[in-house]
Amino acid sequence: MNFREIKKRLSAYRVGIAGAGGLGSNCAVALARCGVGTIVICDFDLVEEPNLNRQYYFLSQCGMKKTEALRQNILAANPEINVIAHDVVLNRQNIPSLFSGCDVIVEAFDSAEMKEMIIDTVQTSLPGIPLIIGSGLAGWGNNNSIRSRKVDDTLYICGDEATETTEDLPPLAPRVGIVAAMQANCVLEILLNKH
Amino acid sequence: MKIRLNNRDEEINRNSLTVSELLEYKKYTFRLRTVKVNGIYIHPEMYDKTVISEGDDVQVIYLMSGG
Repeated sequence: MNFREIKKRLSAYRVGIAGAGGLGSNCAVALARCGVGTIVICDFDLVEEPNLNRQYYFLSQCGMKKTEALRQNILAANPEINVIAHDVVLNRQNIPSLFSGCDVIVEAFDSAEMKEMIIDTVQTSLPGIPLIIGSGLAGWGNNNSIRSRKVDDTLYICGDEATETTEDLPPLAPRVGIVAAMQANCVLEILLNKH
Repeated sequence: MKIRLNNRDEEINRNSLTVSELLEYKKYTFRLRTVKVNGIYIHPEMYDKTVISEGDDVQVIYLMSGG
């Protein structure tokens, strides 16, 4: 498949991204560059200066809603993408409606509790929609500890499944970017294998 | 009995056990995890009641904060 054909295929699909921090912003921009037709982004937060060590935002965007800043950055990379942005705190009640109709959902939360919540919600309320989790990306180095695995057709995990962010093991652009790119790569694998 | 655990064959020295017992047996003590048995998501409230037996495919996923 050449890129023109890939883009044409991807333009028909809709991908949901739950969270627009380090994983979500980088994953969304990667998918936009490849031509995923519709990207649904959900977050409640504002861009702040400490985010810039890993998140796909710029100094001039500090103070903006992440959903709005990410919409700008997606469209700056590829103006053909249909971006649907929801400035909202995601929870068990609103996830099913906000992400219904998505072909794939990318989990891009910070906290482990929220990761658990979205797995429970999607597996229970949106059965059949593949969910791609990011788990384990803190610190630096150890390229080869980061991997992805398919649990089954509806659940994929990207990350080292071991490191947790702490004061002394912060999330940084390289490892966060690797996991975000792996999630985007899983999305392409799923979408390009669909008939 | 033999089961599949995270895509690997695993010999367990029991005839059957619940999800809770498996997590304890394997010393999977990490606070946040999610479990699927034969492709079915197991709600945490069901860990004590869901029985794993010979040949079952079990997936335990660790959830680490950071993103």
